[in-house]
Amino acid sequence: MLKRLNSVIKSKSFSAFTSALLAIFLGLIIGYIVMLCARPEKASAAFEKILFYGFTDLGNVLYFATPIMMTGLAVGFAFKMGLFNIGASGQYTMGMFFALLAGFYLDLPKGIHWLVCVLAGLIGGMLWGMIPGVFKALLNVNEVITSIMFNYIGTYLVDMLIKSSAKMYVPTTTRTAYLPASAQLPSLGVKNSSVNISIIIAICLAILLFVILHMTIFGYELKASGYNKHASKYAGMNGTKNIILTMIIAGGLAGLGGAFAILAPSTIAGSSQTYEPINVIAANGFNGIAVALLGNSSPIGVIFSSIFISHIQRGGSQTSILGFKPEIIDVVISIIIYFSAFSLIMKNAIGRIFTKLHHKKLESEQAGEKPHSSFVDPADEIKSDLKESVDMPNNNEVASDNNNNNNQEKNINNETYDDTNKDTDNKVKEKEV
Amino acid sequence: MDIVYYLVQNTLPVAVALLLVALGGMFSERSGVINIALEGIMLFGAYIGCLFVYFIEKNPIPAQVIFLLAMLIAALAGLIYSLLLSWAAINMKADQTIVGTALNMLVPAVILLFSKMFFMSDGVTTKTRFYIREVKGLSNIPVIGKLFFQNTYLSIYIGGLILIIATIVFYKTRFGLRLRACGEHPQAADSVGINVHRMRYAGVAISGILGGMGGFFYAVGVTDGNTNGHTGVAGFGFLALAVLIFGQWKPIQIMFAALFFAFLRTLAYSVALIPFLKSLNISQDYYKMLPYIATMIVLAFTSKRSRAPKAEGIPYDKGMR
Repeated sequence: MLKRLNSVIKSKSFSAFTSALLAIFLGLIIGYIVMLCARPEKASAAFEKILFYGFTDLGNVLYFATPIMMTGLAVGFAFKMGLFNIGASGQYTMGMFFALLAGFYLDLPKGIHWLVCVLAGLIGGMLWGMIPGVFKALLNVNEVITSIMFNYIGTYLVDMLIKSSAKMYVPTTTRTAYLPASAQLPSLGVKNSSVNISIIIAICLAILLFVILHMTIFGYELKASGYNKHASKYAGMNGTKNIILTMIIAGGLAGLGGAFAILAPSTIAGSSQTYEPINVIAANGFNGIAVALLGNSSPIGVIFSSIFISHIQRGGSQTSILGFKPEIIDVVISIIIYFSAFSLIMKNAIGRIFTKLHHKKLESEQAGEKPHSSFVDPADEIKSDLKESVDMPNNNEVASDNNNNNNQEKNINNETYDDTNKDTDNKVKEKEV
Repeated sequence: MDIVYYLVQNTLPVAVALLLVALGGMFSERSGVINIALEGIMLFGAYIGCLFVYFIEKNPIPAQVIFLLAMLIAALAGLIYSLLLSWAAINMKADQTIVGTALNMLVPAVILLFSKMFFMSDGVTTKTRFYIREVKGLSNIPVIGKLFFQNTYLSIYIGGLILIIATIVFYKTRFGLRLRACGEHPQAADSVGINVHRMRYAGVAISGILGGMGGFFYAVGVTDGNTNGHTGVAGFGFLALAVLIFGQWKPIQIMFAALFFAFLRTLAYSVALIPFLKSLNISQDYYKMLPYIATMIVLAFTSKRSRAPKAEGIPYDKGMR
């Protein structure tokens, strides 16, 4: 039992989890300090709202989590390939636009219409995601610049196309008309909230992506090129094709996010069903970056991190009662991103300090109580070194996927691993004795 | 001919903002740190500069003096903000692109929060006009007087001066050589006794100073003293990065690239004044996309043979070979 717990604690995803927690902690603390500076007497009450309000409004937390879950998946999926898809905003807007087009221009029966709109959003996002992919793969243009430029181009283009369409745009309200009822996503029927079927679709997609990443050849190749571009090319993987395909999938995911956002049945006026062309880049795309980073780019992690971000956003929107502004959450989110860029390093540094302290404490104890125990130590160290070196190929997911040869190796590794583990177990017993 | 004068007079203030920010990016990237945060640094400089003008403009101080003071304040703001990037990128060895993105997101959020809580608005708008109708004595020179000394801003002369200084520092001083070495092969630089961390701090700091100044010039020359958290600097920090790549990380080429982009932007916003473009009868919104689309086309053709600094984006690790 202890052994299993130990292996969980030492696993990569656990370490990603703790470093995400560290980033969140620092982000919230700094957010609290900002609130203290702005309005000291209300800061604690507002902070409490940010932390706990979401629990009283779970339906809307899930509703607002859906679009950022999709953009988070879009960013995270591309991250696995080593691409930084900063263009989720543009893809999101394009998906939204295509869904609007299908909603206004197609006349389909209820039950099919919303599905078609969702698919249209998927296609829109795919198209917009493909462009940076093609630029990167064929022309060697950095995807960060391309996708930023296409955020602007996409936003301006969509706003302009909407304004020029008499069927969609209502000049008197400076926004589009409301979508027909048949294009609405089916609601899940939670009182006072707009939570709808899209959250279920989003979670299913996240699981599907997990399967693709961990159980298919494509996912394997993708991660391989993410780890080492040159090695994967040497192994005969088609990098050009994979880059474009990854960006198409990522774009499609973000596009779905846009479609889900615009097609949701709304209980909050203006939050969905209609679009206001004001030349502002969609914030949900950038929030997707935070979601992906917090979730360690893993599809399953993204599910939880998107719900968390949505949770503090709901809480943040409530702070306006106390004289704060919801933008405080954007501050917190960007600080979280800032710290998550190096929280792993920071956590290791903190961990090192702690282990050093721990060692010192142990040493002093040993020196005081059991002078002979220093006799055991060198052997101990060697064995733990040995264990680490055996452990390493095992940790490397790429090396142990899908491949027969590798599987054999893996088995061997596992055996040796178990042996060393037994040794260490015995040693622990010895020590206890 | 009047149209040409008009276009040049309106291109220069835009170009100078792009030029300064791109030069800043050049110092940062040639020292080995990718500076995606230019957009955030610009906006921060612009906001602090405008805030300074907002508070000081009630006093009877000549406009151009306010301009110079605000410029220095903006530069200082940019410098301080850039420290967040250099600390994360150099000391903490963080992923520079992600840190830059976070810094870009932080500024608009802070501006909106601060302005909404204390000004009940999205940003700050200054009243002072820094516009120079004509420079006495020089404005009557034929052609040149009209191009450079009428309807202009102090910023373009400062920009020209900085371009010259930057070029000299970059190519003719020991500091410039060392900086460039750190971006190409930091291990080699370290082996001959150059402090790579300090050089990179200097590179990012210069990009902070120039980025902050460029942001203030943008706020003065392009948005008439308005800085808000919604539109920010409209992607100018990113355009400056494109200018940097198009200019192949070299100061003089960067100047031409900045002029090119600024000209396109000016063209996009003055369609109604140019008979030929007006007769095409295309919505002005199309032209607004022009600088961004042009960026993509230019990058598509130049990226294959791009000469990016070799060690760009890689945290310096002494133990690495």
